[in-house]
Amino acid sequence: MTGQTVKFYQIGSRAVGNRLLPAEWRTEQSNPDRRNALNSGHRACQGCGEALAARYVLDAAVRATKGRLVAVNATGCLEVFSTPYPESSWQVPWLHSLFANAASVATGVAAALKMTGRDEIRVLAQGGDGGTVDIGLACLSGMFERNDDVLYVCYDNEAYMNTGVQRSGATPPAARTATTEAVGARPGNPFGTGKDMARIAMAHEIPYVATATVAELHDLEAKVERAMSLRGARYLHVLVPCPLGWGSAPADTIRLARLAQRCGLFPLLEAEHGEVTAVLPIRDPVPVEEYLKPQKRYAHLFGDHPRADVLSALQALADRNIARYRLLAEEP
Amino acid sequence: MRSQMEGSRAIAETVARCRPQVVPAYPITPQTHIVEAVGAMVKDGSLGGCEFITVESEFAAMSAAIGASAAGARTYTATASQGLLYMAEALFNASGLGLPIVMTVANRAIGAPINIWNDHSDAMSQRDCGWVQLYAEDNQAAIGLHVIAFRLAEHLSTPVMVCVDGFVLTHAFEPVELPDRAAIDAYLPPFAPRQLLSPDEPVTIGAMVGPEAFTEVRYLAHHQLMQAVDGFDVLAAEYEAATGHHHRAVSGYHVDGARTVIVALGSVAGTIKDAVDELDGGTGVVTLSLYRPFPADQVRRLVAGADHVIVVERAFAPGAGGVVSADVRGALAGLPARVSTVVAGLGGRAVTKASIQHMLADAHAGRLADLSFLDLRTDVVQRELATPRSR
Repeated sequence: MTGQTVKFYQIGSRAVGNRLLPAEWRTEQSNPDRRNALNSGHRACQGCGEALAARYVLDAAVRATKGRLVAVNATGCLEVFSTPYPESSWQVPWLHSLFANAASVATGVAAALKMTGRDEIRVLAQGGDGGTVDIGLACLSGMFERNDDVLYVCYDNEAYMNTGVQRSGATPPAARTATTEAVGARPGNPFGTGKDMARIAMAHEIPYVATATVAELHDLEAKVERAMSLRGARYLHVLVPCPLGWGSAPADTIRLARLAQRCGLFPLLEAEHGEVTAVLPIRDPVPVEEYLKPQKRYAHLFGDHPRADVLSALQALADRNIARYRLLAEEP
Repeated sequence: MRSQMEGSRAIAETVARCRPQVVPAYPITPQTHIVEAVGAMVKDGSLGGCEFITVESEFAAMSAAIGASAAGARTYTATASQGLLYMAEALFNASGLGLPIVMTVANRAIGAPINIWNDHSDAMSQRDCGWVQLYAEDNQAAIGLHVIAFRLAEHLSTPVMVCVDGFVLTHAFEPVELPDRAAIDAYLPPFAPRQLLSPDEPVTIGAMVGPEAFTEVRYLAHHQLMQAVDGFDVLAAEYEAATGHHHRAVSGYHVDGARTVIVALGSVAGTIKDAVDELDGGTGVVTLSLYRPFPADQVRRLVAGADHVIVVERAFAPGAGGVVSADVRGALAGLPARVSTVVAGLGGRAVTKASIQHMLADAHAGRLADLSFLDLRTDVVQRELATPRSR
């Protein structure tokens, strides 16, 4: 039997196998005693990126706060699939109010904890991309601007999935949604639209902004840990593939999240007080086609009438990210 | 000791003595003086243990209030008019979650056309949002209703709106007596929430409820809100014992033997009582401090002997007519009394004694329609109605 070379980067990323790491470096998800903040039994779809990311984020936040954590949730898939009365998957105190107001509700919770002498309890607000970049943006901007002591986490699946895959301000160009159908001369979501929420957050010069994907577990947990080590307004934007909305195989959720980062369309960064402090370099770049092709929401770009023009426009967006954040530069 | 002060100042001082712990605030005329004063008291330290949050909208104000109340803080805010409508979604949410938030509404008209002056269109548009609604007749009542509101809210675990006529009361200087701090502290113990967001005992608040239980949730919410009908008077009696100030859910004025009874809410009641005093008698007045839940039995008892009930309303339901009148008609079902709706004082138009007396003269002469608008400039509307419109 021939020996096998152990590669430190087993899967071409920082998702180092936990078995190769000393115990204190392992992910919280490898801890059998983790909180399981979003417990099993909920009703998310197979392969739901948001359900995975929410558990990863909250378990890491529970660890970082030694269990002194309160979660606030916007209306959306995460709220619906986790709390069908009288059941609840939440193993942390959890409050859902409305679609647009999670950031403001969290502001109120943080103020109340402070005024009742319990400010060792930390507040985490969470919502989808619609609840964050669209309907909830005013409340979120207010929370940022006042530097309220809240970590806001956006689970970005790039459309309104809960209502049946309609376009949001986070839907990428060319993607098919139920309100940007793959028909006509310019199929899918128009180019030149959408919001770069991480940069909007950075413009508020809040203590901490980071982007992450559900594929990079170590990176995601480290960012939650960093966020919870700070006070004031913090923002974490996590890319979470949605098999239903993206038309992808449930088993491909992690692979697609990783490809989004490797092709440059979803850059991973950290910023403090408005300045980028770190990026996750792309170790093994891929063309955008490799990320787009497994997703039916981009099927109109391939097939019988391939749209090289659209693909090159999408590649240009990825290249712009790579240049802006120097994602192909060597690590120090 | 009575002292001369602006209504908004009196409300702010009263609220401060109720020791709120979180006050999210957003400015809107004519409510601004209240939160300005509260903010100053927090900043200079005279209102300690309170976080004053300058939020970016009324929607955010009510949302932050929801979070603060759910996390166990006594929570207060104030708004008016468009601001109340802007927080409408959150109002229903606060009551649905059973959060004892107290809010002043400095009543003001709703646009278009935009109008900053007083009427009750704002609060009446939200009468079904599940909050207790109290209406102040004068600034002494505004003071008392706010203290009772905190007690009632926390007693029932339900939010309470204290409606105070914008400008007419908020900007009026009147001699008022603020209850002393010790009396309020004795009357209003620290907030002990029924349910609390805490890692020590994790709860899920705001779950999704389907058809199998939603009706029951709503039934129980109605049942809970109805407790305020009697609950208000019990707590108002305690307040009276502590401070000497008398407030009741429904009050009658010269109603015994009255053939005509006027029903009203808010500051217009004082004018109506003055107008009635100058007449020969035979007309009584019923004022409602409590409008939601509607104290139907009390209203029925007080007006049962009247032939004619005139509801003077500072709001109306376009396409239908009176708002309060519908509740009064329901309360009087089966009685022979005729009920007329008089819409008065819209968008800040003054309601004068002379107009009220003129209205009564019309009523006694059998000329008062089922629905009429007090002091309507008929020449203006007739001219407009006669103008041909191009389509």
